[in-house]
Amino acid sequence: MAIRDRLSGNEATAVAMKQINPDVVAAFPITPSTEIPQYFSTFVADGAVDTEFVAVESEHSAMSACVGAQAAGGRAMTATSANGLALMWEVLYIAASLRLPIVMACVNRTLSGPLNIHNDHSDSMGARDSGWIQLYSENNQEAYDNMLMAHRIAEHPDVMLPIMVCQDGFITSHAVENIELMEDEKVKAFVGEYKPDLHLLRKEAPISVGPLDLPAFCFEHKRQQAEAMRKAKSVILEVAREFARISGRHYGFFEEYRTDDAEVAAVLLNSTAGTAKFAVDRLREQGKKVGLVKLRVFRPFPADEIAAALWKFKAVAVMDKADSFNAAGGPLFTEVASALFVKGAPGPKIVNFIYGIGQRDVKAEDMEFVYNELLNIANTGRVGSVYNYLGVKEEEAVLNGLQS
Amino acid sequence: MSGNSGKKTLKAVPPDVPWRRITRGGIIDSPGNAELFKTGDWRSMKPVWLPEKCTQCLLCYPVCPDTAIPVNEEGKRMDYDYDHCKGCGICAKVCPFDAIDFVEESK
Ligand code: SF4
Ligand code: SF4
Repeated sequence: MAIRDRLSGNEATAVAMKQINPDVVAAFPITPSTEIPQYFSTFVADGAVDTEFVAVESEHSAMSACVGAQAAGGRAMTATSANGLALMWEVLYIAASLRLPIVMACVNRTLSGPLNIHNDHSDSMGARDSGWIQLYSENNQEAYDNMLMAHRIAEHPDVMLPIMVCQDGFITSHAVENIELMEDEKVKAFVGEYKPDLHLLRKEAPISVGPLDLPAFCFEHKRQQAEAMRKAKSVILEVAREFARISGRHYGFFEEYRTDDAEVAAVLLNSTAGTAKFAVDRLREQGKKVGLVKLRVFRPFPADEIAAALWKFKAVAVMDKADSFNAAGGPLFTEVASALFVKGAPGPKIVNFIYGIGQRDVKAEDMEFVYNELLNIANTGRVGSVYNYLGVKEEEAVLNGLQS
Repeated sequence: MSGNSGKKTLKAVPPDVPWRRITRGGIIDSPGNAELFKTGDWRSMKPVWLPEKCTQCLLCYPVCPDTAIPVNEEGKRMDYDYDHCKGCGICAKVCPFDAIDFVEESK
């Protein structure tokens, strides 16, 4: 039987790591992910895991130690947030291009500056092209479940890519919620052992890792890496199916909430999905046909699937908890828009809302405002402004003009 | 070690290898296959060994950043492996007996 407990998102992640029992954890503390290595180091001290815990002097070293450990044939894990992830940047690309299936908990926090230790998605969105698989989690349960599935996805022979499991800093990382944990033996059997075909400690088949890769071959390696990301799509679904059989919890590329007869929908990541579901329910009581598409997998980006799912709506709002500062739209918006464009015309009308920057609170009323805007677009067929900011303080005159 | 003893066959990465067949992440699975990559033509200066002045002190051999100074089984240095010597001149600098000239590559 599954175990009922109540844990914060950070505790749930640390418990998942304990059950996975990796060979190496190398981490440096940074708010709001600090508790993950902190809890994990108590498991190490108590002898609850066999892990070598490397208390490094920076996140650059944390990721470098993970690269070394994983290249040596071990399972390496880490956790970080915001500037910690930024300091890993160089090594993130190296981990991915060397095809090392390292697993990271990324507790999303605003990237400085100005210094803000709270939540938005600027950290992981900045790393979106580093070659890491990215899973996003609405709540503690999903953060835990995604972590249990991470190794199976990353280490699949068709994939061999690192993976980060994202959750919202503070909002889920520090909020205690009920959770259903899996028994240790069940996790052990599901995650299995890591047996890489090539690694540095196999003395009968010595290899070199990370050599100079000049114009003659570098492109071929990158093409191979791109293919691995493409193949990760079917592996993610396959692993989710197997996970559903043992947990009863179902995961795909995204979750559709009350979309069957919906005229308009919002697309977003992580914890705001809970708020959006609440707003959807309230608006449904008023007879408004609104729905939600909560994306779980951002890398690989399920472009065809998301375009197909959004096709039936009259209007779609893509919600970005990170700005691209490109004068064109947030990262999720530009990817969703390009997926819809490639599918062909005419698709739904599409608008972008940048929201929750630096953990500006997002209330049900904010989501209701978004849905009412969408219904307005659906009714008039007219899109006023495509690239919008939700919840930023404006002068009265600007606020009144927005509902055009 | 001259690297000539007990040698396995070295596998080169063929220049036209298609992307599906290249090793994952650039892993080198044939140790020492750098030997198959001739780097001697990067050279603009070259060392010239003068055996008549050489005392076989072997101070030059370990400082070569490549493996361009072969040493035979009797422990004697032999003439340069110009396929791999990049012409850095360290060996010439180190030789205490002026047994290495360092000259323009042109001739
Ligand atoms: S350092 Fe000079 S003398 Fe000594 S072995 Fe080399 S060439 Fe000969
Ligand atoms: S010139 Fe440099 S590369 Fe050439 S043999 Fe001497 S030390 Fe080695």
